[in-house]
Amino acid sequence: MAGFGIFDIAGSAMAAQSVRLNTVASNMANADAVTGDPATTYRALHPVFHASRPDASGNAGVSIAGVVESTAEPQRRYQPGHPAADAEGYVYAPNVDVVEQMVDMISASRSYQNSVEVLSTTKDLMLRTLELGK
Amino acid sequence: MTQPIGSASDAIYGIHADALRVNRDRLSVLAANLANADTPNYKARDIDFRQVLAGVSNGGLTMARSAGSHLSGTATAAAGVVYRQPLQPSADGNTVDASQEQARFAEAATRYRASLDFANGRIQSLMLAITGGR
Repeated sequence: MAGFGIFDIAGSAMAAQSVRLNTVASNMANADAVTGDPATTYRALHPVFHASRPDASGNAGVSIAGVVESTAEPQRRYQPGHPAADAEGYVYAPNVDVVEQMVDMISASRSYQNSVEVLSTTKDLMLRTLELGK
Repeated sequence: MTQPIGSASDAIYGIHADALRVNRDRLSVLAANLANADTPNYKARDIDFRQVLAGVSNGGLTMARSAGSHLSGTATAAAGVVYRQPLQPSADGNTVDASQEQARFAEAATRYRASLDFANGRIQSLMLAITGGR
């Protein structure tokens, strides 16, 4: 029955948004993890969304094509008293923009809620259809 | 998938059986739009309900047959799927407006429920006629 395809579509959207929420959590947690070497500094992670292969009716869910690291340079801060500071007195903070991450989190959470709403409406309609004629 | 319906169920449910199928297909299309609200380059789609229902009710878009041994076939609702004209296209090429899709999903769900209620009413009338009100 084609109607059950909606469950797959909404499920894939929820899975994708939860990956997005996970990367946001990871980025926020590591926002202040400074190091003395820019090569080892944490870099912000971003998921890449991709419409998955359409089903028989041409409707596509979402899949994660990959999680990429941001190419932005780590922030250089002059903190000579820091135990991790390099020879010149600089530490390197991750290239995580906390405000951007917050916005991303709110967007992901809204999209997740949308999918939950789609799922519960569809479940309600399917159950009513099963009870047709009772 | 939309299948041609038999004359018996046609007599009981009238247009409501077709309306349920088209609404179910439309719910799938709208669910896919909502799922891909954050997918770059995804183009929102919708079903032209009036056009598809008219096609389905007139026996569907059947394949032309020039010889009796040719296979017959009926086009599915996917034939009536059209791309939405974006109101505010975004920089990443996505044309899904989540609030608009939500509103349309709610509309399609209500229409589906209305068709279910009409079908239920037909069944109850028949049951009344069969049992004579006992």
